Amino acid sequence: MKEEGKKRIWSEYQKEVPDDHYYYVRSCIRQTFFPGSEQAFLRILREELNRDVYENPYHTTCTGIAYHADIVPFDTTMTVVARQFALMTESGYRNYVPSCITSFGIYTEILETWKHFPEVEARIREKLWKATKREFKIPENLSHSSDVIYHFRNEIAEKAKYRLVNCKTGEPLKVVDHIGCHYAKMFPEKGIGGAEFPQVLSGMIEAWGGEVIDYPERRHCCGFGFRQYIVQANRGYSLSCSRKKFESMEPYEPDLIITNCPGCPMFLDRWQYVISEMEGKTYGKNGFGIPVFTYEEIAGLVLGYDPWELGLQVHQVSCEPVLDKIGIPYKLTEKFTGKNKEFLGVPKMPQYLKFCC
Amino acid sequence: MKKKVLVIGGGIAGIEASAFLSNMGFDVTLVEKEEKVGGHLNNWEKLFPTMRYGSEVLDFLKQGLNGKVKVLTSSELEKIERIEDQRFDISISSGLNETADAILVTTGYELFDARKKEEYGYGIYENVITSADLEGYFNSNREVRTSGGKIPERIGFVHCVGSRDEKVGNVYCSKVCCVTAVKQSIEIKQKYPDCEVFCFYMDLRMYGMHFEHLFKEAQEKYGVQFIRGRLSEAFENQDKSVLIKVEDTLLNRPLKMSVDLLVLMVGFVPAQGTLKIGRMLGLENGINGFFKTRDQHTLTNVSNVQGVFFAGCCTSPKTITNTITDARAAASTIAAYLLNCEIDKRTVNTRK
Amino acid sequence: MKFGFEILKDRQIDFDKLDRSFSFYLRESEPSFRLCIFCGTCASGCSAAKFDNFSLKNVFLLINRGFTEQATDEIKKCWLCGKCVLSCPRGVNTRQLILKIMQKTDNK
Repeated sequence: MKEEGKKRIWSEYQKEVPDDHYYYVRSCIRQTFFPGSEQAFLRILREELNRDVYENPYHTTCTGIAYHADIVPFDTTMTVVARQFALMTESGYRNYVPSCITSFGIYTEILETWKHFPEVEARIREKLWKATKREFKIPENLSHSSDVIYHFRNEIAEKAKYRLVNCKTGEPLKVVDHIGCHYAKMFPEKGIGGAEFPQVLSGMIEAWGGEVIDYPERRHCCGFGFRQYIVQANRGYSLSCSRKKFESMEPYEPDLIITNCPGCPMFLDRWQYVISEMEGKTYGKNGFGIPVFTYEEIAGLVLGYDPWELGLQVHQVSCEPVLDKIGIPYKLTEKFTGKNKEFLGVPKMPQYLKFCC
Repeated sequence: MKKKVLVIGGGIAGIEASAFLSNMGFDVTLVEKEEKVGGHLNNWEKLFPTMRYGSEVLDFLKQGLNGKVKVLTSSELEKIERIEDQRFDISISSGLNETADAILVTTGYELFDARKKEEYGYGIYENVITSADLEGYFNSNREVRTSGGKIPERIGFVHCVGSRDEKVGNVYCSKVCCVTAVKQSIEIKQKYPDCEVFCFYMDLRMYGMHFEHLFKEAQEKYGVQFIRGRLSEAFENQDKSVLIKVEDTLLNRPLKMSVDLLVLMVGFVPAQGTLKIGRMLGLENGINGFFKTRDQHTLTNVSNVQGVFFAGCCTSPKTITNTITDARAAASTIAAYLLNCEIDKRTVNTRK
Repeated sequence: MKFGFEILKDRQIDFDKLDRSFSFYLRESEPSFRLCIFCGTCASGCSAAKFDNFSLKNVFLLINRGFTEQATDEIKKCWLCGKCVLSCPRGVNTRQLILKIMQKTDNK
């Protein structure tokens, strides 16, 4: 792999990320699967970097899941998005930062549609006025929250207490980066690094000391989707997609996976458990799986936040092997204690996948 | 006084047209920006479809220059101005000034920059090369090896890289790449008989005389295999071999395989010189930057500017045979123009 | 544990893992097989194909890609009428190939 070739492509796909005054919109499902991630993002931006991040309590879903599952027509989605922009305008902000990758894809798609077909934009403005008497301005900048963390990766590296390096051997950790499909596959110029060799996560990994692994199925979808997943009988598609990726990355012996989408880490994490129950196979060493993290969790870890406050106990693939490699201390006894120090109970153990508790 | 012609571009079209024009009795100046004439033919060892040496053709053509043509190498045009009597005044980078009664543009083509096809990984993966790189191995008598130094056991040729592709903005077919792939496959099999060779094509354009014969020979005598399906992506395996994904269109199933070396058949794009001279002279653009000829059938050497003519690949991709023929045709057309012949006065009457 | 769904079989042909030994044998013993471009002229004039799910072009393609068993199953439908030998534009000796493929089935 020639680095100069990749760097040339990265230099062609750079985008502007604003420095301050972010209007943050949350994801519908992320907080259920990865409870600490969005909270970590806010904490990093507000406390570590002293930036202004605002959340409007009235914001809603972008209807991305429903739109991609053919339940909601495009006009409805556009009107809901218009309302989101109206809330942003009313709060006095111009930089829109969604937490979910599908949302980012929806917003980008809608802004591009309005750019090329202004009559559609006019129609939606009218609809929004009729429905809610609100008006909106187009955001000055639309960046995903991983773009923002990428923008500050060097500042985070300076403040970092730990690095993505094996503390015993000094070798950088081998990290697989998985980018959500709706980040750059639809509009390559809207993603940092383009669609073929995205840089948004690999830039973070390299700034924090890790080594990026390139394996043949790197660009393959993880299988999270909407129409092929919502009905239980169809979940075989999603499962088989993720399994293809695992089979492909296994020979490279990665230490961890980092993703920037709400669905991808959920699938890559949970499917390892399902595959272990179905086939008895695990992809990590000694019966463990390959731990999957969101980029906010990794940013929080290198800054020295407590793993249990970041919500790592909810991961089905145990993260402890990576914490040990980096040298982050943690108390296993506190893993399943609540905020009020009450013991919450240990989950039922899987048959093949090793789990720490 | 003898009429003067300025020929811009010293590739094979420029050389042949200059040779004929000077033999017909005109004063010819040939301007070439590289250090030597011959253009791309300098870099190709054997030519399709008969596998004869390219240097034989180049030597034959150069004999026509024999001291009669004023050849200015390492020179570029700086300014062209219209002066009285439909003539031109030209300033050249070496400081020279020339006047001409007619200009022949033979600025030709360049090969498509394969780095633009990011998904094929040229410039990123170690074992992805272009057809020009492969020809470079043959031309300089080097052994073809993978990046790790071993003899390749399986080589894949990818057709239509940079041609017939909306995504890179080139909608045309580059004409010569299919038969070049067949030629290079045969050359590989001749040097390394145990190597398996696959060609991944959309259509196989074997239009010329002897092309089908070459194709049959490649299949029957050398065992080259052709798979109909266009490459969607290439990746690098752990051992640096290239993993490719192709649709087997005849079986209707996706197919993946590892090859030791992947050769991209890059197409033609208009040369930088073509674009620059086009701007300087106000020449009309045809498709994707190639020049537009005055008429597709009857006036293929004539431009939209009076006194400016075309020959060679600056108007469209051509084979070497066609380019040489085109150059001779341009010479006749220019001669007719300069001598005010009857034949130059024909007009096209468009039917309503 | 029952999840209500299964891991699906990968239908991508993995060329590196195919067994193409029969294809190599045919290409060596009957070199005209290499000339096939899968144009389908043989299949379009085939007598058996009018009434049966049989395509000679398909059989040759399957063998080339290593799906030998599917090919040897399908070849049984051929009537040996000789029409394909007449029509092949590239001079592939289809009769000889059909007989060889049938032999492989008999030898099993």
